[in-house]
Amino acid sequence: MSDEEIRIGVFICHCGTNIGGFVDVPAVTEYTKTLPDVVFVTNNLYTCAEDGLATIRDAIKEHNLNRVVVASCTPRTHAPLFQSTCESAGLNKYLFTFVNLREHCSWVHMKEKDKATVKAEELVRMGVARARLLKPQEEARIEVEPSALVIGGGVAGMSAAISLADMGFPVTLVEREAELGGFVRNLGCLWQGRQDPIEALQPIISKVKEHRNIDLHLNSEMLTAEGFIGNYDITIDTKDGQVSKKVGTIVMATGALEYLPEGFYGYEMYDNVVTLTEFEILAKNKKLPKMSSIAFIQCVGSRGQDKTYCSRICCNVAIKNAINLADNWKNMLGLEDEEGKAVETVPVEKKAPEEVLERRRSRRRGRRGGREEEGEEAPEARKEKLDIAIFNRDIMSYGVEHELNFNKAREKHIRFVRYTPKNMPKVSLEDGKLVVDYWHETLQLQRKMPVDMVVLSTPLIGQPDSTVLSKMLKVPIGQEGFFLEAHVKLRPVDFATDGIYLAGTCRGPADIPEAVSQGLAAASRAAIPLARGFVQPETLTAFVQEDICTGCGTCIEVCPYSAIRKNEDDIAEVIVAACKGCGCCGATCPEGAIMMSHYTDEQLLAEAKAALQEVLL
Amino acid sequence: MSDFEPKIVAFLCNWCSYAGADLAGVSRYQYPTNIRPVRVMCSTRISPHIVLELLKEGADGVMITGCHIGDCHYISGNYYTEKRVAMMKKLVELSGMDPNRVRLEWVSASEGEKFANVVTDFVNQLKEMGPSPVGKDDKLMDRLEAATEAAKYFRLRVLNGKDIKLTEKGNVYGDVLDCGEFDKMMENATEDEYLRSLILQLTKTEAFSVKEIAKDIGKSTEETLEHVVSLRSKNLLALDRIDDMTPRYKAILIGGA
Repeated sequence: MSDEEIRIGVFICHCGTNIGGFVDVPAVTEYTKTLPDVVFVTNNLYTCAEDGLATIRDAIKEHNLNRVVVASCTPRTHAPLFQSTCESAGLNKYLFTFVNLREHCSWVHMKEKDKATVKAEELVRMGVARARLLKPQEEARIEVEPSALVIGGGVAGMSAAISLADMGFPVTLVEREAELGGFVRNLGCLWQGRQDPIEALQPIISKVKEHRNIDLHLNSEMLTAEGFIGNYDITIDTKDGQVSKKVGTIVMATGALEYLPEGFYGYEMYDNVVTLTEFEILAKNKKLPKMSSIAFIQCVGSRGQDKTYCSRICCNVAIKNAINLADNWKNMLGLEDEEGKAVETVPVEKKAPEEVLERRRSRRRGRRGGREEEGEEAPEARKEKLDIAIFNRDIMSYGVEHELNFNKAREKHIRFVRYTPKNMPKVSLEDGKLVVDYWHETLQLQRKMPVDMVVLSTPLIGQPDSTVLSKMLKVPIGQEGFFLEAHVKLRPVDFATDGIYLAGTCRGPADIPEAVSQGLAAASRAAIPLARGFVQPETLTAFVQEDICTGCGTCIEVCPYSAIRKNEDDIAEVIVAACKGCGCCGATCPEGAIMMSHYTDEQLLAEAKAALQEVLL
Repeated sequence: MSDFEPKIVAFLCNWCSYAGADLAGVSRYQYPTNIRPVRVMCSTRISPHIVLELLKEGADGVMITGCHIGDCHYISGNYYTEKRVAMMKKLVELSGMDPNRVRLEWVSASEGEKFANVVTDFVNQLKEMGPSPVGKDDKLMDRLEAATEAAKYFRLRVLNGKDIKLTEKGNVYGDVLDCGEFDKMMENATEDEYLRSLILQLTKTEAFSVKEIAKDIGKSTEETLEHVVSLRSKNLLALDRIDDMTPRYKAILIGGA
């Protein structure tokens, strides 16, 4: 191969209008023909479509290509597709180079077509410069430990664990709490009816506990996780001591918490101002205050207040709770027993129940705001009807069933009061009674609604200690505090790091069916390496030129993975299975004896210099 | 200099910065067209001499981007990157170029907007700085060549590799160096090696006296003599001849010519 003529084929993609709309693709095509060692150039509407792939395969055969350059979108998502296309035509996949025209050129220079076209030409030139120096590589096959780890025993985690276990793979399930179920344990009822969520979950929980293939660790946390896809060494801190295991893949399902809206609407200042989740806990424990009116306020702390995102599920949950109150308020408030018999009326309770107070304390480790004394007794609860209002900017009742629920709520005379970010409602205490002071958009009047309880719909937020797992597993957290998937459309339950997957609310707000779906999806993804039994990591490893190495040992010291050792001749040797190809040793070697396959100094310099030179030499 | 368009090469690490740049694209954040990305697996991959080679080639700026400290996909890779970039900047400064032509940024996979902002800022910074003086100053090319050779030299690479060990575990006597002390030592070593490379560069084709060398590199005769003695002891510099009791030294070329 070393003396073989270099024959490069370049395939430039329009990507429809994504590239073609902002870069003069025909001009780039003509320019590419002038580059040395390029023997074939074409452009495709969509290179990743079947006809585009067929063009690559056919060109490799017809023109005897031994190098391929694709100039299209991002290698992070599409390189494997084109590399496997090269392989199917008999070309080693390491003789392939990707040029990113879409994410790094057309999409970021949409108003400068001429300059974008020049840049595209230069990017292709750089790709060709690199391609000329590529060498074929062979991939090692690494055995996979056929077992999985699931972190988090909520709905998503349990779904993933059961799915993997049913496929026959041993699963280790780690849950920090004493019980399975996660955030769902807070809920008062499911929206489909008055079913107790714990009762609904019980079949799943029982299956997890009894499954032959699931090793469950409650009251446990992750201590360490090291290794790579197919070969993770983990340590779990359990109540009985530390447990060490070897697993092949990992599913992250650590869930989320609700945002505590300190500083909003009198939360922590006034009693009976609670979050939506706290409301559910009170409802579940039959501890709701006796009331004749209640207000839900949506988008508290989200959509621009502190958090920027919409939490997706709060409107549906608020509507669910409002409907349940409208239908069953006497029972929920303890005014009737289960048989419908009337119970003697009592005044509105003044203090938030202990369940809520304890939970707030545990969330904030004792940090608490001040309290305002209440005045006279509130009037006795009316029996005829509960006055329910939902103050909202918009209603996000996405999905068929939730939209029907929204309609049902209005039929039950639950009032939906629109507010705008300019005219936020205010909550205050007047004559000892909670009052929502709001601007009525339709009536164009400032109005007051006396209420006995205010429920604040706050967004889900990532677990505060997500950063610990993020560092341990080396997976990213997004700007909003949730874990960041590899690609929101193409790899929604993968991390960019191979072998680690995610599901449920740790990657963003989700309801129960969505969490289950994601858990099952993550399980199916995690099962692929386990079922295949081996992985072939990319050959991006260091290698030592033994004749140059003097055995000084500097590379051994800098290697983050301990992937280098001294051999019998006292010179450095790379452990290929452990090497990750970061290049730290290659950049440090005092003798220049270490090279990185596929990312050699020569290749890097050729690619970079091609950006600076007008002509490829 | 409103018509000056800087040429910038940017090395993006695969796991964070390249993904961040991708996110800038997906999000349609606009930034100037001056940047030419090169994908590497880790920011630590970039040997200092690569950056210096690019500056010699006429790059107006070189940017290296990686994962945030503590978040490196390769554990401690970016820690070494930070140390290496400090060395690069020192060598660039010693060569007589503005060290701000080399820029290090941490950009995570979710920071598409930051990537766009950093590119825009760097382009603006370089426009104010003006075009690279490479190509207009022959002395500068010689100095950059010396800096490039220094970057490859055994001593600087060993020190770069020993950084964590010396500042966290200690040397063979068990002495743990303070980080500031080590950085100072590194800076001094960088300057020493640069000056020695410069001396070798000057004496490659013609023999010079210590006084002449000192004048050329802008250092005192005493300091220059120390470097000459050091180079002689390493068999890199040889006494060529003595003219009227004045020794003249010439670089020893390895491999003939």
